[in-house]
Amino acid sequence: MFVDRLLAAALCGFARALTGVRALWLGSEPDARPRVYFANHRSHGDFVLIWASLPPPLRRRTRPVAGADYWLTTPLRRFLINRVFRGVCIDRRPGRSGPNPVAQMGEALAAGESLILFPEGTRNMGDGLLPFKSGLHHLAKAHPEAELIPVWIENLGRVMPKGSLIPVPLLCTLSFGPPLAPVEGESREAFLSRARSALLDLAPPAD
Amino acid sequence: MNASHDLIAVFGGIFGLLAVFSLIGAGLKYRVARGQPHGVIDNLNARIKAWWAMIALIGAAIWIGPWGVIALFAFISFQCLREFISLTHTRLGDHRALLWSFFVFLPAQYWLIATNWYGLFSILIPVYAFLLLPISSSLGADTTRFLERAAKVQWGLMICVYCLSHVPALLTLDIAGYAGRNMLLIVFLVLTVQSSDVFQYVWGKLIGKRKVSPAISPSKTVEGLVGGVLTSTAVGAALWWITPFTPLEAGLIALVINVMGFFGGFVLSAIKRDRGVKDWGAMIEGHGGMLDRVDSISFSAPIFFHIVRYWWVA
Repeated sequence: MFVDRLLAAALCGFARALTGVRALWLGSEPDARPRVYFANHRSHGDFVLIWASLPPPLRRRTRPVAGADYWLTTPLRRFLINRVFRGVCIDRRPGRSGPNPVAQMGEALAAGESLILFPEGTRNMGDGLLPFKSGLHHLAKAHPEAELIPVWIENLGRVMPKGSLIPVPLLCTLSFGPPLAPVEGESREAFLSRARSALLDLAPPAD
Repeated sequence: MNASHDLIAVFGGIFGLLAVFSLIGAGLKYRVARGQPHGVIDNLNARIKAWWAMIALIGAAIWIGPWGVIALFAFISFQCLREFISLTHTRLGDHRALLWSFFVFLPAQYWLIATNWYGLFSILIPVYAFLLLPISSSLGADTTRFLERAAKVQWGLMICVYCLSHVPALLTLDIAGYAGRNMLLIVFLVLTVQSSDVFQYVWGKLIGKRKVSPAISPSKTVEGLVGGVLTSTAVGAALWWITPFTPLEAGLIALVINVMGFFGGFVLSAIKRDRGVKDWGAMIEGHGGMLDRVDSISFSAPIFFHIVRYWWVA
């Protein structure tokens, strides 16, 4: 337990030193109530950075949602995701037979914890945002008490792009937006596109 | 008088002035703001506090000696390049070029100062980085806005590394009758140009009315510019005794580097406005990023270096 925490703190410290990460709270404040932080996904370091920019007391209660097909494949990854990051590992394959991912995520919210979710479903190697998967919608319907906070992660994809071994020490900024307001009777498509544009609103202008 | 006496005198003077400014800042906070939050006064006090730290850091580097100064400016370059590249868009294909910039060209440039290899120091980035980095980027096989990306990386290296490295490079100049005193040239340059920034801010706050160019900088005023440059030119002339210059020469040189320094801040403001930000970063409280603090030095250091090298080095 102690080693897990120490490792988590060391990884956060390393991520902060490498990226000089700065959190901008634009319309929300750090808060202990159950939340779903949903963010753009470019790098495996994404959730470490969100974690590192939360105040330490909130960090232990905020769990990343991670793909079991990646994180449970080697002993090291298993140790990191289960013990150090306390991730919620879900099975992303379409014809899965195991536990329902939405139920797994819901358990954490019901226990008063928060989640970090990447609704694009995979790392995006291009610009902008991929279309959102429907998990965020199911989660929002099942847990209306949880706040949905968009988080735009700027630059981390450039610090350590896929396939590179050495990181470039660029500065990263995390923009935490206002919670997504609930809308009665909204269709799934309308909800997902609204969530997606709320996240895109936080992105700096493309040039 | 020897160099360390002069350094102690100058730094003693600066710390004395800072103490006076800190008292004025505390007085303003107490009398004008009555202890309540006040945008301008709180920013002023944050700036003064940061000045204590920055002057102490430069003083410590000078006390350590040439290696201390070279290491300090290498770190400043590193932080500036970080801030610059973070705000300019590069693509995945530039990753290797960026690694080269941060981990090869930046250290090499400062290593060349330490080994006193002027020939390569003066062409490493303008020639070799200029040719090699686009080659590296082209191997990334991504043609989207290629020229623009290559230009931005090169520009960042020139401003943040090449130009700034001319400050510690002053230590390598061999000036007749000035041996062992080159540290004081750095003090002259940094003090004159930074005091110009400070006086522009002060004059601008006191009597500033007409904006120089609202499109580029909402805070720079004609009154601040003229008052600041003239005041710090007087500061430069008054510092003639730590330089190899006569008072008149010191004043003229101060005028040139102050004008260059002003335009350094101006040009980099234009880039910031284009990117839609106010500051390059948030490293130094009250000032913004590192590049916000040294933009004026970046533009004045090479010119100062060349003036001294052309007219004073035998």
